[in-house]
Amino acid sequence: MSTAPISTTLRPESQESRESRKGRTGSRKRRGSAERPAWMEQPNPAAQTLKFIVIVAMIVAVGYPFLLAIGTSLSSKAELAANGGYVLFPSHPTLEAYRVVLSGGVITRAAVVSIGVTVIGTALSLLCTIALAYGLSRPRTFAGKPLLLIVVGTFLFTPGIIPNYLVVQELGLLDTYGAMIAPILLNAFNIIVVRAFFQGIPDELHEAARLDGAGELTILCRIVLPLSKAVIAVVGMFYAVTYWNSFFNAMLYINDPDKLPLQVVLRSYVLQGDTFNAKALGVSVLPASTALSMAVLILAVLPIIAVYPFLQKYFVKGVLTGAIKA
Amino acid sequence: MSAAASASPTPTSQNPPDLPHEAPGTSGRKKASGTKGTPGRKGRKPAERRSLRERLRQDRTLLLLCVPGILYFAVFFYLPLAGNSIAFQDYQPYLGFKGSPLVGWDNFKALLEQPEFWTAVWNTLKISAVQLILYFPAPIALALFLNSLISNKTRRLMQTVVYLPHFLSWVVVVGMFQQVFGGAGTVTSYLNDHGVHVGNIMNNPDTFIYLITSQSVWKDAGWGAIIFLAAMASIDTSLYESAAMDGAGWLRRMWHITLPGIRPVMIMLLILRLGDILSVGFEQILLQRDNVGRDASEVLDTYVYFHGVVDGDWGMSTAAGLMKGVIGFVMIVLANKFAHRLGEQGVYQ
Repeated sequence: MSTAPISTTLRPESQESRESRKGRTGSRKRRGSAERPAWMEQPNPAAQTLKFIVIVAMIVAVGYPFLLAIGTSLSSKAELAANGGYVLFPSHPTLEAYRVVLSGGVITRAAVVSIGVTVIGTALSLLCTIALAYGLSRPRTFAGKPLLLIVVGTFLFTPGIIPNYLVVQELGLLDTYGAMIAPILLNAFNIIVVRAFFQGIPDELHEAARLDGAGELTILCRIVLPLSKAVIAVVGMFYAVTYWNSFFNAMLYINDPDKLPLQVVLRSYVLQGDTFNAKALGVSVLPASTALSMAVLILAVLPIIAVYPFLQKYFVKGVLTGAIKA
Repeated sequence: MSAAASASPTPTSQNPPDLPHEAPGTSGRKKASGTKGTPGRKGRKPAERRSLRERLRQDRTLLLLCVPGILYFAVFFYLPLAGNSIAFQDYQPYLGFKGSPLVGWDNFKALLEQPEFWTAVWNTLKISAVQLILYFPAPIALALFLNSLISNKTRRLMQTVVYLPHFLSWVVVVGMFQQVFGGAGTVTSYLNDHGVHVGNIMNNPDTFIYLITSQSVWKDAGWGAIIFLAAMASIDTSLYESAAMDGAGWLRRMWHITLPGIRPVMIMLLILRLGDILSVGFEQILLQRDNVGRDASEVLDTYVYFHGVVDGDWGMSTAAGLMKGVIGFVMIVLANKFAHRLGEQGVYQ
């Protein structure tokens, strides 16, 4: 995510744009037609058609690969052979490929590893992010500025692959699940986003709670967190997606085939063309290998598709808060 | 990636005015206590300078909350950063960091004499240049298009569609391209059946640059458009209105209002891109390196990985990584200076 300050462009005008939007909806009511502002010229049919074509093209460009993967994963061997390898709309959909993939072999195992790493990793990441962001969000904390600089400084430079590898090795994390979590536990950008949100919570709430005798921890848990559900959901999703999609760290640090996550397994079957082995998958007869590959691919995409619609309305806001603050 | 977003080291002092966190009373108190030296915490007497010990005791919960996170950055960022010093060593894993002999600049000298290194540098720069020309405008064009959609419903639908690929892993993206453009891919087969022989696009070293650029566009152009859309939303609509009154068509309005309005964001992202000029889609290229061969796809990051972790040439590949980091850092600083000279805001002040 490339993000950085766009403060000048965003800050001063936000009020105006909100007003003008109000004005626009107002004019819409008066005119009773679409949300087209009064000053804009009437739509030109050629331009409208062109826009429509672009819209359809974009939907096809994004949707087609998904549909193709789903269709292929649901197809039988005979149908795939007749259609040259891939099928968009199978005539007799079968869940055979999914049954095989989830029957307890290497792929099931990899999926379980991925789920475990994602769940535990996201929980740990959120815990540390919230703690650090809160610690840095209160004004005039002892050493607050140097600590913040430590976090922000990570934007400037990347340490490089080799020193990272040596640190993980020295810590004895090679070939452990920890190697898939620890090196990507925190992300400075996410911390800045959460911190910015915490700072937006009115000071009066803190003061009132403190008068009632609440300590910082109580304030964090009882007042700040319940108010920050949206930003925590977004940042949690960013972390979860990172863990779920992480491929290079596993490839770098994990040798034990039993500990490999789904992305690495997906790569070996789909991209490197490893042949599916009936025994390793825990079944006797295999469906078509393209159907199996696509079933694994869909398995790797499914959790993301499942949470995406719920979080979509929040993440733009999350990204922009971070961008303004960073 | 988000390299110099460190922009303002003290974001606290730059809060947008509409954020409630600094109520007028607060800032007043801050100023008052600031003049007295050590400021007091909320709700307590901002009286005389408190001792270090007292401040530590008072902030101990907050400081304890920071410990795990700071520890993480120390171990997984600053320690490896310091670990770059093995670029000046003949590092041997069995001798370790302390036992390996210092060799000064030897690793760098040897590196610069390696033809493979120069291939990697050349490929990296080539890919960066192509992406700068073909990828960089994509999110801007997409944002302009989305911004031109008048129906809120359609716009929201399109945003949902174009943001989605950003959340897919590179393994999935390359897998999806494979099923469409691979040797047996649907588009490839269709073209072959209709007399156009394109061969296997996924394995063609000559078009590899364009392949990975189109993958980047497919995956990230939508996500990249968010920031431009936000900048466009903050442009005062009355500008458009008066321009329309004066007879400016949509093209002129775009050229004279929209584009100047998003120029600071464009320049900022361009600067960040220049800082990243030596890192081009590491995972993406690593995944497809076997398909097109080393000559077309070896970039600095893959060079470091294969020479260091795979072949065990630790010192030299760390030297390559360090050089890359330093050049990226310098590029950002220079680009930012240049932007300031042109009267732009840049990434940081």
